[in-house]
Amino acid sequence: MNNRSRDLALNSLALAALAAFLYWAHTSFDGYKIQILNLIAVNAILALSLNLIYGFTGMFSLGHAGFMALGAYTSAILILPSAQKQMMWIIEPLIWPLSVMNAPFFVAVLAGGLVAAFFALLIAIPVLRLGGDYLGIATLGFSEIIRVVLTNLNFITNGALGIKGIPSYANLWWNYGWLLLTTFFIVRLINSNFGNVLKAIRDDEIAAKNMGINTFFYRVLSFTIGAFFAGVGGALLGSLVTTIDPMMFRFVLTFNILMITVTGGLGSISGSIIGSVVITVLLEWLRIVESPMTIGSFAIPGIPGMRMVIFSLALILIILFRREGIMGMRELSWDMLFSRGSRARNHDEEGEDRR
Amino acid sequence: MTSAPILKLENLTMRFGGLAAVSELSIDVPRGAIVGLIGPNGAGKTTVFNMVTGFYRPTHGRVVFDGDDITGLQPHIICRSGISRTFQNIRLFSHETVLENVMIGCHVRRRSKWWSAPLGLPSFKEEEERIRRKSLDLLESVGLAEYAGETSSSLPYGAQRRLEIARALATDPKFLLLDEPAAGMNPQESQDLMAFIRGVQKRFGLTILLIEHDMKVVMGVCEYIWVLDYGVKIAEGNPEAIQSNQKVIVAYLGEEYVKYAES
Amino acid sequence: MSGSLFVQHLFNAVTLGSLYGLIAIGYTMVYGILRLINFAHGEVFMLGAYFVFFGISLFHLPWGVAVIGSIAVSSLCGIFVDRIAYKPLRSAPRISALISAIGVSFLIQNLAIVIFGGIPRPVARPDWLVQVMKVGEVRIIPLAIVVPLVTLALVLGLLWIVYRTKPGLAMRAISKDIETTRLMGVSVNKIIAFTFGLGSALAAASGIMWALRYPQIQPFMGLVPGLKAFIAAVFGGIGSIQGAVIGGMLLGLIEIMAVAFFPQLSGYRDAFAFVLLIIILLLKPTGLMGEKLEDKI
Ligand SMILES: Nc1ncnc2c1ncn2[C@@H]1O[C@H](COP(=O)(O)OP(=O)(O)OP(=O)(O)O)[C@@H](O)[C@H]1O
Ligand SMILES: [Mg+2]
Repeated sequence: MNNRSRDLALNSLALAALAAFLYWAHTSFDGYKIQILNLIAVNAILALSLNLIYGFTGMFSLGHAGFMALGAYTSAILILPSAQKQMMWIIEPLIWPLSVMNAPFFVAVLAGGLVAAFFALLIAIPVLRLGGDYLGIATLGFSEIIRVVLTNLNFITNGALGIKGIPSYANLWWNYGWLLLTTFFIVRLINSNFGNVLKAIRDDEIAAKNMGINTFFYRVLSFTIGAFFAGVGGALLGSLVTTIDPMMFRFVLTFNILMITVTGGLGSISGSIIGSVVITVLLEWLRIVESPMTIGSFAIPGIPGMRMVIFSLALILIILFRREGIMGMRELSWDMLFSRGSRARNHDEEGEDRR
Repeated sequence: MTSAPILKLENLTMRFGGLAAVSELSIDVPRGAIVGLIGPNGAGKTTVFNMVTGFYRPTHGRVVFDGDDITGLQPHIICRSGISRTFQNIRLFSHETVLENVMIGCHVRRRSKWWSAPLGLPSFKEEEERIRRKSLDLLESVGLAEYAGETSSSLPYGAQRRLEIARALATDPKFLLLDEPAAGMNPQESQDLMAFIRGVQKRFGLTILLIEHDMKVVMGVCEYIWVLDYGVKIAEGNPEAIQSNQKVIVAYLGEEYVKYAES
Repeated sequence: MSGSLFVQHLFNAVTLGSLYGLIAIGYTMVYGILRLINFAHGEVFMLGAYFVFFGISLFHLPWGVAVIGSIAVSSLCGIFVDRIAYKPLRSAPRISALISAIGVSFLIQNLAIVIFGGIPRPVARPDWLVQVMKVGEVRIIPLAIVVPLVTLALVLGLLWIVYRTKPGLAMRAISKDIETTRLMGVSVNKIIAFTFGLGSALAAASGIMWALRYPQIQPFMGLVPGLKAFIAAVFGGIGSIQGAVIGGMLLGLIEIMAVAFFPQLSGYRDAFAFVLLIIILLLKPTGLMGEKLEDKI
């Protein structure tokens, strides 16, 4: 139990360091860098939620963009002031009671997660009976249905015009606060025997059933929890970028999150966090190739599309040559840091480093 | 057979398309014994296990366990009612450690709900600790305690077989089905396995039904044996009776060979 | 709805259904053999369209040459994709190959943006294909007859290959049992490449006709028709060529007729296929023509 108190102390220290860093960033970084830090947190939440569904429970889901859209719209409608809502819905007015409903940001994000979770539960019943690739296509289909419906339900979503001027509450504190909450929740779950049960379903569903595990229940559970956090991530993202419309939630959004999760390591929580740092920074950095440059007297025009070319090429290369990503199924833990090289698979709660 | 049988199969039949893998099989398994199900390759033995444990729904017939009709129930419910099994091709959770494999087996008896995990409720923590204890004890009793932290797929073959049994025991079964536990073992290992199976049966007060091709093992541990051939029960009895049963010899060796041997 | 209007819709539906069907065949053949959803299949469809129209406008190729050339090059693209991105993953978990396929799909789309440009381009169509004809009350363009006829010819040709030639026999054998077929001395990788080539050729043909029917091309044009065609393949029963064609036709019918009869649904048109998918998977996961396989334990 010595380790446990050591880890607790170290975790507290790491948290304090994170807080200090965020405070420093908050006061001295420029807006662009802060935006990247924010995106890292939101992407990490999304990657963790996909990792729970796919990496830990083995359900290949491509529905993340849909869950994010549900979260983003729900929370946006709840945090927009009523007056603004009256002005913005020009095709058809926003229906009552949504037109007058308002909630504090925390509640709005929570509601975003819950709405996503609710829809996840609804589709889980037909869709989760499937396995493997069929599940992927069905969830992708669900996500596309959501998008089509959002485009058409003018009296709720303002249709293709989307929602603009969403209050930008999602600052570093909110985003990293939610990230901590997400990580805490998922780590606790995964490190318990319930986590073992999810991994058992991933590794061999038949053997899991044979162990008396109601695999359907746990698949639905994992899917719904994952969707909840995807909704949370979507809600935060909406407030971060302040404008949402159905086009934002196309398949490419899911693709980016899949990329983060795979890069970090399927079945590794620290991997998802590391992956979101790496990929978010990479994606920003790659903007260079799409913007015009001048080197000396040469003007190089930007090449549109190049960013995604490099990005998708990177995913293919990872899948071909390093399928386990950065972390594989391992976790970064204090044990591992202290005894470098030795294989650390600790069951102590919160053996997690956070960054 | 003094008390009521623990498992009754009544006219159990399984057809795949045109093929009757098991036909009209009726068996009474006596409580507290080690018994065997044998037969040549493709005779339908594993199919019987799959029907008993709920992986296949029988075309017709009934499975009665401990007085309850469990025909067609879902595998996890059948496990909860007290039946556990191993697989012919070992099916461990390969990315998990040896200890975790057994802990997963303990899940079916747990009381606390999933949401108590993120909340970290005291009752949850207690139960986690109890599961860990129980799993370690089980590993101890099958002689795998030293491997607790290893990934299960890294174990030697024989140890994997024992781990699969330990994992099955973690579900607190009353009735254990072993599908070819001695497959791939050398004579010494099979010998140890027989002692191990007997030990397990005594220690946990189980009934064990095993499928086995290794006749030394079958005749060595089983009190009673059923023989399947092409899905049909062709004989039953104690080991001596089976060994001298003409039909069984023919089924195993083929008509031609028997004629040849007799002449 | 008047009878003539209905007939017009019917022609539209059969055209659209033919195009879906042709794409669906590629999905169904590859899935039948490799159990892989070739996510990049829709991109081959897009490439087919681009190659033709670049061949004509840039290299001033005659129509026939451009079409044949485009189909041939697209077919090679399909084979190349399999070689590079799927073949190394044959023994990996199945989802790995699917992720790779998704990566390839995005790669080709964005390469197309880089090479061809991201803006939609109008397609110049030969006049004789789009001259409106009046047959009684019905107004149709020759294209609405040409597309189904070409499709019919291509499908018959394909069926001939699959059921009457040696490579076709090998394809069918592989989809039943790949290992045994390998042991019997069939060069499995060649046959798989052949399958990708055939499927890609049909997708390219579909892409070309699509661009003629809806005269605009853009790099993302393959994504949605591709997904829908996969659904059509599932609808028809994955693995079955006839099923893919039937599934495509039915999907075309549903999309056109639902909107024709219920115009207020037109905004939801792109969702029909996915709703259909979820319904099929609920009711009959094996599709119309598929056979049920029991998992062996
Ligand atoms: N899911 C299934 N679908 C189709 N046929 C099956 C299925 N499961 C088993 N069979 C067939 O049923 C017959 C009996 O198989 P089973 O596995 O029960 O035999 P077995 O007695 O366990 O043989 P072995 O000693 O080789 O393990 C075989 O012909 C097998 O091919
Ligand atoms: Mg067997």
